[in-house]
Amino acid sequence: MKTQIKNTMSATSAALILSLVAACSTTPISDKTGKVSSNQGTTPAAALSAPEADPRAVARVESNTTDLNAQMKGLLAKRSVYFDYDQFTVRSEFQTVLEAHGKNLLNNKSQKIVIQGNTDERGGREYNLALGAKRADAVRKVLNVMGVSDNQIETVSFGKEKPKAQGSTEEAFAENRRADIVYQ
Amino acid sequence: MPSFNGIHACKRSLRLFFLLVLSFALSNAHAQLRIEISGVGSNQFPIAIADLASDAAPPQDISAIVRADLERSGLFRMLPLAADSRPTENSPVAYGSLKAAGADALMQGSVTRLANGKYDVRFALFDIAKQVSLGGQTVTAPPEQLRQTAHAISDFIYQKLTGEPGVFSTRIAYVTKNGSRYDLIVADADGESAQTALSSREPIISPTWSPDGTRVAYVSFESRKPVIYIHSLPTGQRITVANYKGNNSAPAWSPDGGKLAFVLTRDGNSQIYLSNTDGSGLKRLTNTSGIETEPAFSKDGGSIYFTSDRSGGPQIYVMPVDGGAARRVTFTGTYNISPRVSPDNKSLAFIARRDGQFRLAVLDLQSGEERLLTNTSRDESPSFSANGRMIMYATEQGGKGVLSITSFDGKVRQKLSMSASDVREPTWGPMLKY
Repeated sequence: MKTQIKNTMSATSAALILSLVAACSTTPISDKTGKVSSNQGTTPAAALSAPEADPRAVARVESNTTDLNAQMKGLLAKRSVYFDYDQFTVRSEFQTVLEAHGKNLLNNKSQKIVIQGNTDERGGREYNLALGAKRADAVRKVLNVMGVSDNQIETVSFGKEKPKAQGSTEEAFAENRRADIVYQ
Repeated sequence: MPSFNGIHACKRSLRLFFLLVLSFALSNAHAQLRIEISGVGSNQFPIAIADLASDAAPPQDISAIVRADLERSGLFRMLPLAADSRPTENSPVAYGSLKAAGADALMQGSVTRLANGKYDVRFALFDIAKQVSLGGQTVTAPPEQLRQTAHAISDFIYQKLTGEPGVFSTRIAYVTKNGSRYDLIVADADGESAQTALSSREPIISPTWSPDGTRVAYVSFESRKPVIYIHSLPTGQRITVANYKGNNSAPAWSPDGGKLAFVLTRDGNSQIYLSNTDGSGLKRLTNTSGIETEPAFSKDGGSIYFTSDRSGGPQIYVMPVDGGAARRVTFTGTYNISPRVSPDNKSLAFIARRDGQFRLAVLDLQSGEERLLTNTSRDESPSFSANGRMIMYATEQGGKGVLSITSFDGKVRQKLSMSASDVREPTWGPMLKY
């Protein structure tokens, strides 16, 4: 089901990826998006003749809510920052990844992200919610230092309520002590 | 005069009715909390509860409910009576034989079906040693309220014999998780009469009763982030109290029910705020760069206990209700969270992490003495009974969330579990004044 959705990627989403890729390269954004939108122009014209062939045909349309996050490439595809038990310090190994996101956001001032903080299942629900918020906030501060405006960032915490990894193993705990950058 | 056939048809429909009631009870069995009791109080009061004399078969076995209530408290030991012994409230008391059997008290009474379909329940309580009546009551109740009537009798007996109010008529609320479905459930304190107040596919946490017992404030993730609601139980109407940027969580009612303290991250990290219960008049109470969460009002309404990581790890502090200088309250261990003030304002229940285990603890606010009440490892969300004699909390058994109730001295414990679901986030309601 998920792969199906991914395969039926619309032209708009293609345009969005290209614009994101463009944001990271030195090529002006307008050039590439321009090309994509002209391609888009040809598609509906071809589709117009279809109903004549079969009046009972149903053309499936996918709504254009695009999961930008699934289409990220390279460093931008890495959107998780992991934390130590009870800790909220962003470890230095995540600096490069956060720099890539920082640059991307600086180049796309209208792009908004949500940073979602999570914790492992140990301890109280409310304290974990606060700890997840502190982790998300720690990531926000790293992006702020790079010059990213708070207007582009919302932080939210799920605490221990939405664990990505199930089970009570050290591996699951480590996977769940995490802040995710989610493009909106 | 009804004909023979009429009576027959009536009996048949009555039998059908009971079959329906039975199948309803069975179909709901999986959603019902199962209660196991362990441990006994240090001084158990021997008592005999006679079956109520009755000419009709009432839909609830009132005496059985009273016995179960009193036994659950751990403070009473039930003495059996002869099976055919059905004295009324006016029957002479066999003081001699009851004393010989070791009983200190006896309850006896009757239940009569009235012409309007209601039941007339009468009972009297006797002190066997002193050979005196301790009083009694007459209650008229519709059939659907007979359970409540039984709990009220239990409260009467508890009050007369212990000198403290009983909490058998109170209600509890908790959250169940079944796969990806979350339900906020309201039930009687014995786990019966469970009703769903809210169903959601997103988490529900931190439910807390209003002091008047008609509303529950909670945090729901239904809009994909934590938002605080107040939910009126009789009407199902909800108001959004706090839905600011970031997280909105940890609601706590002021004792007069007029204010709500809660936590927002709209200005950075988790900080404590206060507002009216409609969300108006927002005021920030803490001003730090760290975590300030889990506010809990003192019972005089003058101060707020809360969890803060200002010392490095989470510890419990107290501050005046309008903010200002905070004083640290917990000093043992590196992780103490979830403060709840006892109804007499003298103790704090909280969760302490000791050697990696999260355990329910109480702190004497005068002496500073701390006691761990459990030896489980995943305790959470303590909640005092309205009389302060018991604390309900969430814990884990066999990898599944269950609720547990412990007496304040830690000696008696009840486990409330549900076969299919994870049960968590208990909150014990107030005594109702009606």
